[in-house]
Amino acid sequence: MGFLEIRNVTKAYGNVEVLHHVDITVEESEFLVLVGPSGCGKSTLLNMIAGLESITGGEIAIKGRVVNKVHSSKRNIAMVFQSYALYPNMTVGQNMTFGLEMHGVPKPERDRALADVAKLLQIDHLVDRKPGQLSGGQRQRVAMGRALVRNPDVFLFDEPLSNLDAKLRVDMRTEIKKLHQKLRTTIVYVTHDQIEAMTLSTRIAVMNKGYVQQLGTPKEIYDTPANIFVATFMGSPAMNILPARVAMADGRPQARITDAEGTERLLPFSQSNLAEWEGREILLGIRPEAITDPEGADRKSTNIVALANEVGVTEPAGSDTYVTMTLSGKDVIARMRADASVAPGEVFNFAVNMEKAVAFDPKTEERIKP
Amino acid sequence: MAAPGTADFRTQLQDWLPKLVLAPSLAVTLLFVYGFILFTIVLSFTGSKMLPRFTWVGFENYEKLFALPAWHTAIANIAIFASLYIVICTAIGLMLAIFLDQKIRGEGMLRPIYLYPMALSFIVTGTAWKWFLDPGIGLQNVMRQWGWESFTFTWIKDSEMAIYTIVLAAVWQTSGFVMAMFLAGLRGIDNEILKAAQIDGASNWQLYRRIVIPLLRPAFLSAFVILSHLAIKSYDLVVALTGGGPGRATEMPATFMYSYTFTRNQMGIGASSAVIMLMTIAAIMVPYLYAELKEKK
Amino acid sequence: MSAASQDTAVSTGRVTRTFLYLVLILFALFYLLPLYVMGVNSVKPLSEITGGNMMALPQIWTLAPWRSAWSTAQIGVEPTGLKPYFLNSILMVVPAVAISTVVGALNGYILTKWRFRGDTWVFGLMLFSCFIPFQIVLIPMAVVLGKLGLAGTVSGLILVHVVYGIGFTTLYFRNYYAAFPTELIRAAQIDGAGFFRIFWRILLPVSGPIAVVSVIWQFTNIWNDFLFGVSFGGTSQPMTVALNNLVQSSTGVKEYNVHFAGAILAALPTLFVYIVAGRYFVRGLMAGSVKG
Repeated sequence: MGFLEIRNVTKAYGNVEVLHHVDITVEESEFLVLVGPSGCGKSTLLNMIAGLESITGGEIAIKGRVVNKVHSSKRNIAMVFQSYALYPNMTVGQNMTFGLEMHGVPKPERDRALADVAKLLQIDHLVDRKPGQLSGGQRQRVAMGRALVRNPDVFLFDEPLSNLDAKLRVDMRTEIKKLHQKLRTTIVYVTHDQIEAMTLSTRIAVMNKGYVQQLGTPKEIYDTPANIFVATFMGSPAMNILPARVAMADGRPQARITDAEGTERLLPFSQSNLAEWEGREILLGIRPEAITDPEGADRKSTNIVALANEVGVTEPAGSDTYVTMTLSGKDVIARMRADASVAPGEVFNFAVNMEKAVAFDPKTEERIKP
Repeated sequence: MAAPGTADFRTQLQDWLPKLVLAPSLAVTLLFVYGFILFTIVLSFTGSKMLPRFTWVGFENYEKLFALPAWHTAIANIAIFASLYIVICTAIGLMLAIFLDQKIRGEGMLRPIYLYPMALSFIVTGTAWKWFLDPGIGLQNVMRQWGWESFTFTWIKDSEMAIYTIVLAAVWQTSGFVMAMFLAGLRGIDNEILKAAQIDGASNWQLYRRIVIPLLRPAFLSAFVILSHLAIKSYDLVVALTGGGPGRATEMPATFMYSYTFTRNQMGIGASSAVIMLMTIAAIMVPYLYAELKEKK
Repeated sequence: MSAASQDTAVSTGRVTRTFLYLVLILFALFYLLPLYVMGVNSVKPLSEITGGNMMALPQIWTLAPWRSAWSTAQIGVEPTGLKPYFLNSILMVVPAVAISTVVGALNGYILTKWRFRGDTWVFGLMLFSCFIPFQIVLIPMAVVLGKLGLAGTVSGLILVHVVYGIGFTTLYFRNYYAAFPTELIRAAQIDGAGFFRIFWRILLPVSGPIAVVSVIWQFTNIWNDFLFGVSFGGTSQPMTVALNNLVQSSTGVKEYNVHFAGAILAALPTLFVYIVAGRYFVRGLMAGSVKG
C-alpha cells in the first residue's frame, strides 16, 4: 500500500465531470509532479488531496487512512500556494507558527520549530518582519517554511514558482530539490512548466482534460511518451511530429518521408514490430536534439541516419543553434551544436538519431509500443 | 473498499456555520423587506383606513388614487423635479469634474467644499435654503439692501415656482457627489488614449466630446440610477423646505403617501401610492443591479 | 499654445485657465453660501436678521441663539431645546451602526469566502433592499413595531436602521473581501483555523479601511434619517425630527437665529466626521453608487 493513494477519484461540478477516474499511488519520500496545461485538472486534484475541494467519487488515503471526509487541518498535510498566501497582518514568525498554534502546540515548542526551520531556510533574520516587507524570493521561502514547520506527512505545492522572475525561479527550483533530497519528504507538486516537472520530480503525472495521460519517471515520460499530447507537451522545443508511411527495406521497417525538394527519403526504425504497419500511415516523432549536425550526433547510438535537407531559418541561442526546416510538409526543428556551420538556404547533411524516434498511431494518437 | 465514512463533527459544523451565520440576515431581509412589500401590496387592494383591514376592494384604491388631483400634482411635480434634478446635477457634476481634472491648483481644497453638502441631512439643507430663499429676510431682502431695489425673488412663496426651489436645494446637496463620480471616471481613463487622440489632431473640445465623454458611459449610468432613486425617495427635503406648500403645490409621491397613510387615514390609498413608487424604482434598479451582479460573477 | 504638461495630455491656454478657475471658485462660493448664512446668522440677535442683511457679519455677537437651541427652545409643546433629541440620536446611532457593521462584515465574509449555491441571489436580494423606497415598508413596520412593543422607542429605531442598513454594509464588505485572496483562507483552513478564527485572525485585522467606510456611511445615514424618525420616533424622536419641529412651529415669533443654530447642531456630528475622515466618506459614497 502506498503512502498517498488516489483511488479511482473523480470530480464533478453538477453534471460536468472535470476529473475522470484518477489512480495514482505515491510512495513515501517520492516527489510527484502533476503537470499539464491550465484547466487540465491538476490543481483540482491537489485541492482534493488538501481537502479544499470535496471528492465526488473514489477515495484518497494518506498513510492508509481514507481522508475523504477529514477536514484539511486533520489530514496532516501542508501546502505552499502560488500566491504564497502569507497572512499580511502577521509577522513571518507568526505566519509560520500559526498552524502549530491552531493545533494547540505550546509556545516554547513552536519557537523551537520556528528557529529550526528558519535556520534551515536561511530566513532567521526575517522572522520579525511583515510579509509586505519581503522580496518575492523571501516570501517564497517563508511559505515553504510555514509548510515545513508543520512537519506534515505530505507537502502540497501549487505552482509555487510561477510568481517569481526567471532567474529566481531557477534558483528556487534547485533549492526545493536540495530540500527534498535532504529531508526525504513526500511531495505532490503542481506546475504547468514541463522543465520544473522534469528537473524536480521522481515521478510525473502528465494530465490533460481531466485524464492522467501518463504516469512515470521523467525519463520514461521523455523517452517513451504514451501519446502525442505527452510527446509534444514535455520537452522544449516540442517533439517534431511528421506524417510518414511505413515501408520495408533491407528487412527493416523504415519511415518514408519527403524532404523539402519533394524527394522521398527512408529513415530506418530501430523498433522492429513496426513491420506490422507496412504500407500504413503513422506519425513519426523525433525530438529536436535527435536531429543534429554529424559531429554533434550521439556516438553511442547504433542508428544514425544521414539526411540531406534544405536549411530554413537558423536561430543561434548561445548554447545551441536551432535550425528550422521542412519535412513531410511540416516545420521541423533541429538542435545543432552552437558552432555548427549552417546557413539558411543551403542543403545541409543532418544526422538523425533514429534510435530515439517514436511512432504514433494517427487514429488514436497513442504510441505504438515496441 | 471501505465506504467513505461520515465527516467528523467539526468538519460538518464548518460546512454549516457560514449558512447559519448568514441565515438571520437573510430571514430579516425576507421578512422586513420582501414580506413587508407583499404586505403593502396586499393592503393596497383592501379598504384599510386608519388601521389595516383585510376587506378586499380590488383596484378601487388605484382608481381613486389616479382620480385624486393631489396625486396628479405629485406626479407632475416628481416629473419636473426628477428630470431637472438629474439633468442639472449631471451637467454641473460633469463640468466641475472636467474642470477639476485640468491639474487645478487647490483641487484638494475645492473638492471637499463641493462635496460636503452630501454629509448633511436634507432637513438641515431644507432649513438653510428655506430661510435664505424667504423673500422677507433672505436673498430678495439682501439684494434690495445692497441697492437693487426692484429685485424680486419669491419662488418659494409662489405655487408655480416653489418646485424649482426644491430642485435648487437638491442640486446644491448632490451635485458635488456627481462630480466625484465623474472625476473618478476621468481619472480611470488611460492617459495614453488621450495622447493618441491629440496626435491624431483632436482639439480639446473634440477630445472630450468624442473620446472622454463616451468613455464615461458607466459613470453616466451610475449617476442616473443614483439620482433617480434619490429623486423618487425625496421626502425630507420637501418637508423641510416647503412642507409640500404653498398650499399643496409641491406635493410629491413621498409626501402624498405619508399624509394619506398617517394623517388622512386613507391607508389603502397610501399603500397603493407606495406600490407605484416601488414599481418605478424597481423598473430602474432591477435591470441595473442585475447587470452589475452578472458582470461580477 | 502653452507647453504640454508632462502628466496630462490635455493642455489649456491662459485664458481658458482663468475661466476654469473663475467657474470653479464661483461654485465653491455657491456650495459654501448656506453654511455661511447659517453660521453668521446663528450668532446674531434676531433683530439684526429681521431688520438687517442676512449676508452681513453680526454687529453684536451673541451665543444666546445656540444656548436657546440647545436647551430652552420650544420643540413641539415642551421648551426643552434640542438636547434630549441629540441624546436620542446618539443612543440610536451608536448601537445601530455597530450592529449593522458587524453583521455586514460577517455577511460579506460568507458571501465571498464561503460561497454556496445561490449566494449571488441572496446578495441580490439584500442589495435591492438598499434601494427600495421606504414608503413601501412604513405601514407594516408600524404594525410590527406596535406588536413588538417597540413603537416610539429608541430600540425600535435601532431595529429599523439595522434591518435597512445591512444591505449596504454587506455590499461594502463583500466588495472589499472579494479582492482579498482566497488562497489565504485556504492556507488558514489547512493550518487548522475554523470559520470564526479565520474571520477574527486573518480578515478582521486587514478590514480597517472598509470598516471605517461602513461606520461613516451608516453613521451619516442614520443620523440624517428623517422618515423613520418621524414615523416611528414617537416620544424618542431623533435630532432631525426635532429640528424640523423647531423650524416649522407656527406659534410665536420665528427665531431664525435659533433655527440656524439648531440646524448647525444637527449637522455638526456628520460635518465633523466628514472633515476628519472625508476620504472614507467619499469612498463609501462611491462604493454605494457603483458596483454590486
